[in-house]
Amino acid sequence: MNRLRVVSIAVLLTLLCAGFCMAEEKMIQIKGSDTLINMVQKLAEVYMAKNPGANISVTGGGSGTGIAAVVNNKCDIANSSRSIKASEVEQANNKGIDPKRIVVAIDGLSIIVNAANPIDKLTMDQIGKIYRGEVKNWNELGGADSPLNLYGRQSNSGTYDFMKEVVMKGEYSSSLKSMNGNAQIVEAIRQDVSGIGYVGVGYVKDAIGIKVLNVAVNPSMGYFSPLNEMDVKNGNYPVTRPLNQYMNGVPKGAARDFIIFELSKEGQEIVEKEGFFAIPTEYQRYNNDALGIKWDVGESPVVKYSAQGRDGA
Amino acid sequence: MGKHNNLSVKENFIHGLFFLNGLLVVVLLVGIFALLVAKSVPAFKDISISEFLFSAKWNPTATFVPPSYGIKSMLVSTLFVSIGALIIAIPLGIGASAYLSDVAGRRTREIVKPVIEILAGIPSVVIGFLGIVLVGPMIARIFHIPNGLNALNGSILLAVMALPTIISMSEDALNSVPKSFEEASLALGATKWQTLVRVKIPAALSGIIAASMLGMGRAIGETMTVLMATGCAIAMPTSFLQSVQTMTSTIAIELGEVPYDTTHYYALFGIGLVLFIITFVVNMIADIALHRYQRVVK
Repeated sequence: MNRLRVVSIAVLLTLLCAGFCMAEEKMIQIKGSDTLINMVQKLAEVYMAKNPGANISVTGGGSGTGIAAVVNNKCDIANSSRSIKASEVEQANNKGIDPKRIVVAIDGLSIIVNAANPIDKLTMDQIGKIYRGEVKNWNELGGADSPLNLYGRQSNSGTYDFMKEVVMKGEYSSSLKSMNGNAQIVEAIRQDVSGIGYVGVGYVKDAIGIKVLNVAVNPSMGYFSPLNEMDVKNGNYPVTRPLNQYMNGVPKGAARDFIIFELSKEGQEIVEKEGFFAIPTEYQRYNNDALGIKWDVGESPVVKYSAQGRDGA
Repeated sequence: MGKHNNLSVKENFIHGLFFLNGLLVVVLLVGIFALLVAKSVPAFKDISISEFLFSAKWNPTATFVPPSYGIKSMLVSTLFVSIGALIIAIPLGIGASAYLSDVAGRRTREIVKPVIEILAGIPSVVIGFLGIVLVGPMIARIFHIPNGLNALNGSILLAVMALPTIISMSEDALNSVPKSFEEASLALGATKWQTLVRVKIPAALSGIIAASMLGMGRAIGETMTVLMATGCAIAMPTSFLQSVQTMTSTIAIELGEVPYDTTHYYALFGIGLVLFIITFVVNMIADIALHRYQRVVK
């Protein structure tokens, strides 16, 4: 009787341990961009519902924080709305980390104003001037006579860097109000008649009280909206960017399985339901190379830019 | 004899243990200070101390212009927010403590005091949340400004956070004013109000000052609340209705992603050192005030 009990306890413990070890293996930690967080969270939920053993945690903190976590080997996947910087690659290599990039979605970074603002389009040049602090009143842009209130993100945000490097090509005005995330910018603009902000397109789809501006590089070529999928995918909308995930080396095991789910037809449908855009063919090829696999890329619109395109790592 | 020996060994052991515990606090304090100094000194190889303290330009991640490391606007922002908090919290705190010590009945006091203590336990992130959804929109409506995330918002929230400290310490100070002072004043024909304002509060003043200083120490070091509620604009503040970024916010935002062992990294420790020195001085003042008050009472 006693021996039976001992044996059964031993068996139970072994099973428990095995269970934990297996669960351990399936645990995936994802960290980083606040622009990607809701979308990746949704992807993780659907994936976990389909794979009962899987355990994925998705947290924010900003692209910089996510990449730093991968560099320091503190998480499996970093969400990032910007490309990794040369200095970060160097840091990673010094620590024996080999950062690999996957593109999970396309974002049309949306420039938003209050719904009551008469302005409905801006050029890239004007947006740059606004955020560099060279234009201080809406009437300089043909709007009402009211001071411009700048809303942006904190410096650990990938979107903050993307705006600075790609759109503004200069430094932010010191009167920029740094918000914690996309949702806070949307909320601030909803209340502020004279505010302007930038958020991922996934955050404007169902928002009320705000207006998404059309943007042009050159006014004679026309203004385009980030809400129009074709214009974002073919690069007509000028503030288009890939949303990335970085990891150490070619992903293996559970992380690889999850990434393949993200890139699958079902995963990409979730991406679109969350308001972002599915990855076009160029990036699908890029991802295949990064993962070292081949699969059917399906039909995708022809794109004007290459995977290394305007954000070139 | 044996038993006595045993007892003294035990006593010595406990004595030593408590001595070590006391020492640990000192070691921690000195250790933190040493770490801050060691980590911030390298920053001053690239930045002059006068630029660091007196320039209002902070942009360490600049890529199109040379990076700049001036903390003046953050220093002023921190002072704006915490002095604003004191202006709100001190009158309220003294009023509440006078009410509790002199006016309120026993039962009221028994309900109110624990409630104030609960207030002290609310996590700062929750207070910051209130700042975004409640105080911010209220300020915007009252002052007809487009956005309520500004220094005033931070001051109000920090006042709420400093109040429990100020109230309970001031109440202690008022309660320890000798009963004879009060009786003498009343016997001379002063009203209860006159006794409170002209006798008890002046007698307890250094205790109240100490309470306020400790409240201020808390306000200066508070991070999450101000990070959420003050709008975080790095420009030099000129009014309470402007968005500001305090020293604590800057460290919280930037330390997470700064590459280690760079000037930016060391400069953040430099901000920490300045913050440490300020809170140290404020707490010193509180301590000195407290000692004076204890002498007066004795």
